[in-house]
Amino acid sequence: MASQLVEKYMRTEHLPHIWCPGCGNGVIMHAVVRAIDKLELDKNKVCIVSGIGCSSRAAGYLDFNTIHTTHGRALAFATGIKLAKPELEVVVIAGDGDIAAIGGNHLIHAARRNVGMTVVVINNNIYGMTGGQYSPATPAGEFGTTAPYGNIDRPFDIAALAAGAGASFTARGTVYNPAQITSCIQKGILHKGFSLIECISVCPVYYGRKNKKGSVIDMIKWQRDNSIPVEKAGKLPPEELKGKIVTGVLSQATYPEYTEEYAKIIEKVSGGINYEQA
Amino acid sequence: MSRHEIMLTGSGGQGMILASIILAQAAILENKNAAQSQSYGPEARGGKCKAELIVSDSFIRFPRVTNPTFILALTQSSLDNYTEGISGKCIVMADESLKVPYWLNPDQVIRVPVLDTARSRVGKLFTANIVAVGAINKVLNIAGWDNLKKAVLMHIPEKTEEINIKALKAGEMMLCSYQPAPSAERLLIA
Amino acid sequence: MSRLVLMQGNEACVEGAIACGMRFFAGYPITPSTEIAEYCALRLPMVKGHFIQMEDEIASMAAVIGASVAGVKSMTATSGPGFSLKQENIGYASAAEIPCVIVNAQRSGPSTGLPTSPSQGDVMQSRWGTHGDHPIIVLSPSSVSETYTLIIRAFNLSEKYRTPVIFLMDEMVGHLREGIEIPEHIEIVNRKVIKGGQSQHMPYRIPDGECAPVFAPFGEGDRYNITGLIHDESGFPTNSHIEANRMITRLMRKIEDNVDDIVATEERYTEDADIAVLCYGGTTRSVLEAIDEARSKGIRVGMFRPITLWPFPEKELFKLSGKIKKLIVAEHNYGQIVLEAERVVKNNCSLKFTGKVDGTLISPAEILRAIEED
Repeated sequence: MASQLVEKYMRTEHLPHIWCPGCGNGVIMHAVVRAIDKLELDKNKVCIVSGIGCSSRAAGYLDFNTIHTTHGRALAFATGIKLAKPELEVVVIAGDGDIAAIGGNHLIHAARRNVGMTVVVINNNIYGMTGGQYSPATPAGEFGTTAPYGNIDRPFDIAALAAGAGASFTARGTVYNPAQITSCIQKGILHKGFSLIECISVCPVYYGRKNKKGSVIDMIKWQRDNSIPVEKAGKLPPEELKGKIVTGVLSQATYPEYTEEYAKIIEKVSGGINYEQA
Repeated sequence: MSRHEIMLTGSGGQGMILASIILAQAAILENKNAAQSQSYGPEARGGKCKAELIVSDSFIRFPRVTNPTFILALTQSSLDNYTEGISGKCIVMADESLKVPYWLNPDQVIRVPVLDTARSRVGKLFTANIVAVGAINKVLNIAGWDNLKKAVLMHIPEKTEEINIKALKAGEMMLCSYQPAPSAERLLIA
Repeated sequence: MSRLVLMQGNEACVEGAIACGMRFFAGYPITPSTEIAEYCALRLPMVKGHFIQMEDEIASMAAVIGASVAGVKSMTATSGPGFSLKQENIGYASAAEIPCVIVNAQRSGPSTGLPTSPSQGDVMQSRWGTHGDHPIIVLSPSSVSETYTLIIRAFNLSEKYRTPVIFLMDEMVGHLREGIEIPEHIEIVNRKVIKGGQSQHMPYRIPDGECAPVFAPFGEGDRYNITGLIHDESGFPTNSHIEANRMITRLMRKIEDNVDDIVATEERYTEDADIAVLCYGGTTRSVLEAIDEARSKGIRVGMFRPITLWPFPEKELFKLSGKIKKLIVAEHNYGQIVLEAERVVKNNCSLKFTGKVDGTLISPAEILRAIEED
């Protein structure tokens, strides 16, 4: 099954990928492919948009319409694509630094507008491509090459940030449980409007080593032992959720979708009048 | 060859820019050349406001006013600020309520009740700019009545047609007995 | 028959763009280009196009590239600080060869500067604003009429050469209202397009006789990769120095080899001229007035105007410099295009600069003084 998916959806001539051994990005990329396969989307109509960073290299390996844009700006590029051609299924793949730091402004506004797109955030808690600097998702007290004395920033809860900014669908999963990520991405694609799936990845080479998290297996076991399904989390007091990863579909709402609303404006003002040379 | 370099001055919100656009539009409808521009500061309301308009029979190269031939002033500060150092041939149309500065020759000044006409005769002070358009056109003869009216209608909001045309007529009527002063007449013919 | 219409420069920019098929605009409010966004918001849905006000200047530029990737002619407009913010993504469009038009209604800088005052201070930034060696085309209109026709040319060049084109306006032309004749017929160049897998996974290969790769719009069956990284003909990133050299050289030569097609200039009264004034954009209007005055005094002076600022019209200026005694470069800045003029003119004639940085227009009288001075 896996190899069939690889053949069908990946640009095999460009493999192997650049990611380090043990990196969680491949698992998440695979979940994206599996979700698209399950939904039987037309490959020619799927558009993958990414920014800059380790995770953003995923676009190049996927056999869809793919665009690897500038650092932090994937959502803004994606907005242009979706608005110009609303029939496209737009999936954005972005890292935590890409989407929550340099691209943070685009994140909140894309969420607010509710443009129909699915955002897969690969959160590895660190800037991997540049060699292990702390990101807006690095927990306070942990280390990065730019936090040699420990990080004093408080981290973002990226899914909650998106929901707070008006995202109509948010979910979270871990690379420990790829089936859950796949299911969340599937639901996100089916959801009409802006959906964000925060995928907790592992970066054993930079984040793991810098913070003495042990082997990849240890890091993934940690995810297993510290994940709480959202249904269960709702029944727990806040102190028991500290440091835990709440997984599943976190929020879902129905708001007007941007391109549909714009289509109504076009319908209203373009009716029958030839303005081309008027 | 006729050429007017016009400055419409007042305070922001009085509609000087719109008045200049309407006069430019009227000139274009008459197949004349027109160049309209404005300078403004950060204030949308209340600040000093100056709109410029050149109307000419020939191609306008430099589109900004360098030697004004006509200035409208609706506030004291604009009258004081923009008329200092102007040519003796420049016609100054000043609202009646304003004090004419000593440096202006009475012959070059036309005092008209623009604001009062808008307020009392038309019934809405906001039509002062259109009243002014009517008065200015009466003096400078930029366009015939039909094109002037058309120009106004092209640039005002819907449902204000009636009051604005009333204002335009009132502006023109204000100067129904207007005869150019000798010096101004020379200018208008030149 | 064409009709005379009163139009503002910024409006003419939008109407010209719509006339040649622009159907996507993303922007952010900034003086003195805001009317362009406002007018696009009003007009685009009427012609089934899309307008979006993005969260910032950077996002606007990104959205424009995204829409163009989907196959739609796209434009953004900005001024001063906004132009600085857009630079990274302009470089992206240049490297990934995505057609788009960026309007910059210049205002006085640096920094926030004098937001409502005119300037021509972004000439060098329009050429070298984004990092790295890259091709760019920059056009500058001098009247409202020309704004309408030249924005069409900006799109035509952008589509033909698959490159961003900077439409360098100035506040003076952008905010000016003049009568313009809407041309009955315009020449429209659309990008060459392939669909349905015809690119055979080589979307950046140049077919024989083409000056740029043929465009495969997203969603039409050619699944390929676009990146700002150095890439090969497949569009996939590469670290090969051979490929890097090949890509950059090809990008630069795409413009260099076609300067005769891209460069446009205007000369007036240069046949018998001893002196020529080089000017562009809004400054042209002062120069024309001054030349008229000077000629009435018996001074034989003409005008040389690059309509295409970049690539700089070297050949045309060099030729003229052999025929005149003095070239005066008049621009509304501290001296930018004058550096190009010096490089081109060499010792063919003497060269003088007249500029201004106080936020007021260069007046015809100031140009006349420069002409009359020895």
